[in-house]
Amino acid sequence: MAEKVIMLGNEAIARGAYEAGVKVSSAYPGTPSTEISEYLVQYRDDVYEEWAPNEKVATEVAVGASLAGTRAMACMKHVGLNVAADPLYSVSYMGVNGGLVIVVADDPGLYSSQNEQDTRMVARAAQIPVIEPSDSAEAKDFFKTAFELSEEFDRPFIFRTTTRLAHSQGLVELCGRVEPQDKPYEKNITKNVMMPGNAKLRHIEIEKLNLKLAEAANTLPINRVEMNDTKIGVITSGIPYQYVKEALPDASVLKLGMVNPLPRKLIEDFASKVETLYIVEELDPVIEEQVKSWGIKAIGKEILTVQGEYSANMLREAILKEDLHLKEPAKAPGRPPILCPGCPHRSVFYVLNKLKMHAAGDIGCYTLGAVAPLSVIDTTMCMGSSISTLHGMEKAKGKDYIKNWVAVIGDSTFLHTGVNSLMNMVYNNATGTVIIMDNSTTGMTGHQDHAATGKTLQGDPTYAIDIPGLCRAMGVKNVVEVNALDIDLVEKTVKEEVAKDEISVIITKTPCVLLDKRKKPLYIAHTDKCKKCGMCMKPGCPAMTKNPDGTIHIDDTMCTGCGLCEKLCKFDAIELVKAGE
Amino acid sequence: MAVKNIMIVGVGGQGTLLTSRILGGLTIAGGYDVKLSEVHGMAQRGGSVVTFVRYGDKVAEPIVEEGQADVIIAFERLEALRYAHFLKKDGVLIVNDWRIDPMPVVIGAAQYPEHILEDLEKEYTVYKVDATEESRKLGNPKVFNLIVLGIAAQHMDFTKEQWYEVIEKTVPPKTIEINKKAFDLGYGMKQ
Repeated sequence: MAEKVIMLGNEAIARGAYEAGVKVSSAYPGTPSTEISEYLVQYRDDVYEEWAPNEKVATEVAVGASLAGTRAMACMKHVGLNVAADPLYSVSYMGVNGGLVIVVADDPGLYSSQNEQDTRMVARAAQIPVIEPSDSAEAKDFFKTAFELSEEFDRPFIFRTTTRLAHSQGLVELCGRVEPQDKPYEKNITKNVMMPGNAKLRHIEIEKLNLKLAEAANTLPINRVEMNDTKIGVITSGIPYQYVKEALPDASVLKLGMVNPLPRKLIEDFASKVETLYIVEELDPVIEEQVKSWGIKAIGKEILTVQGEYSANMLREAILKEDLHLKEPAKAPGRPPILCPGCPHRSVFYVLNKLKMHAAGDIGCYTLGAVAPLSVIDTTMCMGSSISTLHGMEKAKGKDYIKNWVAVIGDSTFLHTGVNSLMNMVYNNATGTVIIMDNSTTGMTGHQDHAATGKTLQGDPTYAIDIPGLCRAMGVKNVVEVNALDIDLVEKTVKEEVAKDEISVIITKTPCVLLDKRKKPLYIAHTDKCKKCGMCMKPGCPAMTKNPDGTIHIDDTMCTGCGLCEKLCKFDAIELVKAGE
Repeated sequence: MAVKNIMIVGVGGQGTLLTSRILGGLTIAGGYDVKLSEVHGMAQRGGSVVTFVRYGDKVAEPIVEEGQADVIIAFERLEALRYAHFLKKDGVLIVNDWRIDPMPVVIGAAQYPEHILEDLEKEYTVYKVDATEESRKLGNPKVFNLIVLGIAAQHMDFTKEQWYEVIEKTVPPKTIEINKKAFDLGYGMKQ
């Protein structure tokens, strides 16, 4: 018997890529898709993998590798697919040479995202077929199926996962790698040059191919009927299938492995055999609306939500109308995510808060600068948007209006799409101040390298893009680099740069505290000297708590010794007792 | 064997992921079907974190439903309170008697509940340990989770050798001895 191992959904996808004979993978980190690329590195002798600066680039790299005749993939989170929408809609017309699969991870329940969009909607609009696994074993096996179908039907595929799939572990049976022959490259401009005359013809062609695939879907083994009691029939796919199996073990189930295009005959046949048909899908009613449009009676979003994750209990209540007699959760104060103790973003936000500044924010750990007590960020929308949002405000209300505003963006996000926005500011005579919070990593997703870290995904040394040099080259005259933890210097610099009637970039450069493995300095709080003034609590450091008498206590299991609280204490109540390395 | 439902709850950064990895490795060694569910990304940054581990003959969903947990391992008191209602009737709650103030408490917008353990004990079977203090005595406050895990091990279906083996495989090599010592301490605690 083949070896069985436990794998995270994302790890299983990486294994599937290896076994499928993938040669090239390009990706930008995004929860919950990030680990796919990290797990791929172990197969570097057979698979080339890289971090791209953004998802559009990653997708185009994969398209190039497919054109060259090899199996290729790109990975991203759902909102990353929006960035990659431009190549996506057009590669749909081009089709593939070597198999092409784009892994897109949705986030029902918004564990780490700015919206809850459903990738299946985007895929339908772009006419891209979608495969969806329901556990780690399927993640690996279906990934191989996706490449086979991609090549057979000349269609790029989306491989859709969700957070619960991506970050769950389950047993996987390992197989060997297939080495598909590289497809020969043939110059074919009617297929691969999408100018109007060619695209018109390709549109007709891909409609035919999609119909052919929809027909084949009726007999694909990944679309599976589990006939059981016929009182209740359920059409489902992905992780919700597991909830159906827990809550309705006796029901008949049509489990879809391919969710676009749908197998109409199979669905009509299944529907005709069951008394009541339910459609169980998280997020949007993608399957439901199509099935109902064919005149099939079914129950879906009438009783199930379009928001968040599902669960077996939810189905027991909604479908079986069971009263589960669940206990009420206890009343407990919430514990929202926060910046880590010693995070270099905190000191910058502390200064901005002190100066009563507003900030147009961006996507990353520093989005947490929006919440109390830092409360600096006013807006967060999408990758790279902070800079352009600030620019729009200036153009609407004039340069004086933004004298108490800055844009804040991380290093990885700046390289992702912030560069274009900064270019726009320079080009259109902006005067705003941009703070690049450079912590030398892609922090929120768990420390991935990027174009300015000097290291590739595979761990090889490479040229590190010079962020200040890049800003200067674009024409920003005022580029200032400061240590994020030096609050006096940060304050002085922000005041000076914001006052100028010219565009400025301040780079607050201090590595992410979680990357620094050196022995940390040790601070203690002297309760006898503490005047309970509350100054040290202003930055909202989680390692600082109050004793019952209102004096300060530093939790030594959390403190990383950044020294911010010591700088803020006017009464010498906080003391450095042991220097760090 | 019917599916056993374990939850590990704590504060992002407390090592819930490492602990669930140990449990995952263990259940495979025991020959069970197993599914685990973890939290990565933003929620991990100091937020409330819950990990599910389910093992048995055949496991479908990777999450533990409310009212079905056999064991909840809580690395912090408030998080024990937050998830206690997931316990089934005869389930056990193992709590690290430790307090980490969430930001609403730090800034005075909320109160950290008093008497959490006393209240929980009225409703549930609770085993408490000041694992943070105990691990400090061992010389490394970070291995507190292995002490808590040692107590939980008394309520699970594996031998001490199986635990050792998977601890050796999972924790960083330099910390194997101290982690095993921490596990022993919990495993030997009278309840």
